[in-house]
Amino acid sequence: MNFYGVRAIYTYEMARTGRTLFQSVVSPVISTSLYFIVFGAAIGSRITHIDGVSYGAFIVPGLIMLMLLTQSVTNAAFGIYFPRFVGTIYEILSAPISAFEIVLGYVGAAATKSIILGLIILATSFLFVPIHIEHPFWMLAFLFLTALSFSLLGFILGIWAEGFEKLQIVPLLIITPLTFLGGTFYSTSVLPPFWRTVTLFNPLVYLISGFRWSFFGIADVNVQMSVAMTLLFLAVCLAIVSWFFKTGYRLKN
Amino acid sequence: MTAAISVSHLNKTYASGFQALKDINLDIRHGEIFALLGPNGAGKTTLIGIVCGIVRPTSGRVTVAGHDIIADYRAARSLIGLVPQELTTDAFETPPATLRFSRGLFGKPPNPDHIEKVLKQLSLWDKRDAKIRMLSGGMKRRLMIAKALAHEPQILFLDEPTAGVDVELRKDMWQLVRELRASGVTIILTTHYIEEAEDMADRVGVINHGEIILVEDKAELMRKLGKKQLTLELRERVDAIPAALAPYRLALAGGGTELIYNYDTRGEHTGITDLLDAVRHAGIKFKDLQTTQSSLEDIFVGLVSRDSGAGR
Ligand SMILES: Nc1ncnc2c1ncn2[C@@H]1O[C@H](COP(=O)(O)OP(=O)(O)OP(=O)(O)O)[C@@H](O)[C@H]1O
Ligand SMILES: [Mg+2]
Repeated sequence: MNFYGVRAIYTYEMARTGRTLFQSVVSPVISTSLYFIVFGAAIGSRITHIDGVSYGAFIVPGLIMLMLLTQSVTNAAFGIYFPRFVGTIYEILSAPISAFEIVLGYVGAAATKSIILGLIILATSFLFVPIHIEHPFWMLAFLFLTALSFSLLGFILGIWAEGFEKLQIVPLLIITPLTFLGGTFYSTSVLPPFWRTVTLFNPLVYLISGFRWSFFGIADVNVQMSVAMTLLFLAVCLAIVSWFFKTGYRLKN
Repeated sequence: MTAAISVSHLNKTYASGFQALKDINLDIRHGEIFALLGPNGAGKTTLIGIVCGIVRPTSGRVTVAGHDIIADYRAARSLIGLVPQELTTDAFETPPATLRFSRGLFGKPPNPDHIEKVLKQLSLWDKRDAKIRMLSGGMKRRLMIAKALAHEPQILFLDEPTAGVDVELRKDMWQLVRELRASGVTIILTTHYIEEAEDMADRVGVINHGEIILVEDKAELMRKLGKKQLTLELRERVDAIPAALAPYRLALAGGGTELIYNYDTRGEHTGITDLLDAVRHAGIKFKDLQTTQSSLEDIFVGLVSRDSGAGR
């Protein structure tokens, strides 16, 4: 195990966040606050409660997920795309470090950042609404697993992308819509039966529902199902990443 | 003793279908400076890339100090430092930070003294607080050498290390390379400045169109292929070469004031004594004489053009 190698990548990536503190931390916090003001205050004044939970509190888990997913994907994607783009990847490829260790460094750093960000947003939301977390352990577990899986997805994206457009298109055109349609701001149970069935094909429904359950004990789908889907997603991402390294896909000629 | 690097039956065909390396067999000895020469596109960078793990070989085997570069990549790679041809550096880091990164990546525990030493050796210590993007091109090139040395490699690949480095610093750089060799580091370098290879290398390999066309001890190579030229400066101008001197195939130069004789150092008889006798008999007096030897560059150009001619 090349411990120093993993640490080098991890600290390098964390330092990069430090340099782009505003973009990495401040802007997500600002946009979350905006969501609170618009959705929580404006719409919340009409909806008031969903399943016995005040609307302002109800959207908190969804908002955290929204930020967690987009930030995990963007951070991890950029982390590996950038050295490919400028060419400094040569050093990583020529180092005595295994594929697993490379992933550990990059994805570990991206996941760490997202988790910290998730907690910051959670703290921010306390300023707007009183929240009681029913299953703190599961809340952290979902936070961790989601950050990890989607950082892996970002890593995959960063290796696959051949240009900055592709790098931005996935978070923008796939993740964000799926989160919105996945019950960020509403319970999927309010949808007509047909659309409710459609949402079951959206993997993010399971994440958001599971995460919301850890807060309020209410869920759109069964919690075991949520955990299973999260783990399945993680496994698929891991399989793709290991295939990348085995074949040298887009990394080596 | 196992070779520092051993390449056998190595082939590389890129995804485009282009075959960049054709059945390369090559042994690099411990502690030598090996110059890999070849025209643009010959396959030098590809070969280096495979040994360092950046390019995947299509077939064949490479070992580094006995360690297979694929099966035993950790052991193999940790011995190697690479200075790639392309200038690729981070922008926002400082030189010591990027060296710490390189060292860590290669699995070595932190050692600020070593980092300081390397930065000083490459005259970059003054720039230790500068962001990399504020360094000049030559400084970045030296920074890449420093990065390659950060983990104290035993084998160093220098792919065109002197491109864009000024004369003074180039000398310093070669001095450093000599010191590294003295400390036991094996060095493989490519350069288009053949005189540098002539100065530095113990052995020379020439690659062209993906094939190794020659590997030779440099001194031996110069001796074998080296043409020597004898120039006689005449006291008086002559209009034509006397018929008696025809067998020597002399050339008349300097407007009739110089006679030039080409001979081969490989020959048993260089024919100089006979020539001088013949010149005297012909009644030609000379005031001075000098010999020059062809450089590695002449040899290289000769080899590559002959090879290309044969290939067509
Ligand atoms: N990724 C690639 N895909 C296809 N062909 C490639 C690739 N990389 C290099 N080549 C080709 O392989 C050949 C050898 O290239 P290489 O970079 O090894 O040459 P070189 O000897 O280092 O040349 P130079 O002196 O210009 O640096 C060239 O014809 C080049 O076009
Ligand atoms: Mg090259």
